[in-house]
Amino acid sequence: MSARGETRLWLAQRASAAVLALCVLVHLATMIVAVNGGLTAADILGRTRGNPAWAAFYAVFVAAVAIHAPIGLRTIASEWLQWRGRGADACWLVVGVALFVIGLRAVAAVVL
Amino acid sequence: MRTAGWRNRDHPSYWAFLVHRVSGLALALFLPLHFWALGQAIAGQAALDDFLRWTEQPLLRASEVALVFLLAAHLAGGLRLLLVEFVGWHRQAPRSWVAVAAGVALFCALTFALNLY
Repeated sequence: MSARGETRLWLAQRASAAVLALCVLVHLATMIVAVNGGLTAADILGRTRGNPAWAAFYAVFVAAVAIHAPIGLRTIASEWLQWRGRGADACWLVVGVALFVIGLRAVAAVVL
Repeated sequence: MRTAGWRNRDHPSYWAFLVHRVSGLALALFLPLHFWALGQAIAGQAALDDFLRWTEQPLLRASEVALVFLLAAHLAGGLRLLLVEFVGWHRQAPRSWVAVAAGVALFCALTFALNLY
């Protein structure tokens, strides 16, 4: 990948990290408060179903993580496994799109 | 030189890097499972409840606590990186941040465990 492409990925990684920092803070606080002796589907769905604020929050969370995770995995694969090049980049793009799709499916499952 | 390489690793920043990388890797591998599990709700509340009951096994509950620890550790390590790269924090004792990050991760995991059990 060109130097400009690498710079863009680095920026996307940091920008998505900044968004994720806020999302993870909210997610951790919600989990710690909500778990209360174990989770039930009624607890989870009672909070999320029909709630546009949670729908928007989780959609942003999924989009940020679908950018952040594949770029991180790409770096690890490149540095630890020497797996890099166009084929590898294409695979990480597929991983990102797949995460986005199954993530949005999960969001739809809990908010609709 | 091999010895010098290992000596460079005896530094809080190296361990912060390693924890950030390993926690990120574990979280990335867990994500598809997490999304699949929540997706069970498409088949209705009962399907999600079936899955949640399955996760009440002791080993899986311990894994949930470990995942909360990893998530909090990755968050703290990520904030440290953003501060180092964008605010020039490397001039101001990042060593203490490594301890703060470990404390935050432990606090989150223990609070989650207290509420879970």
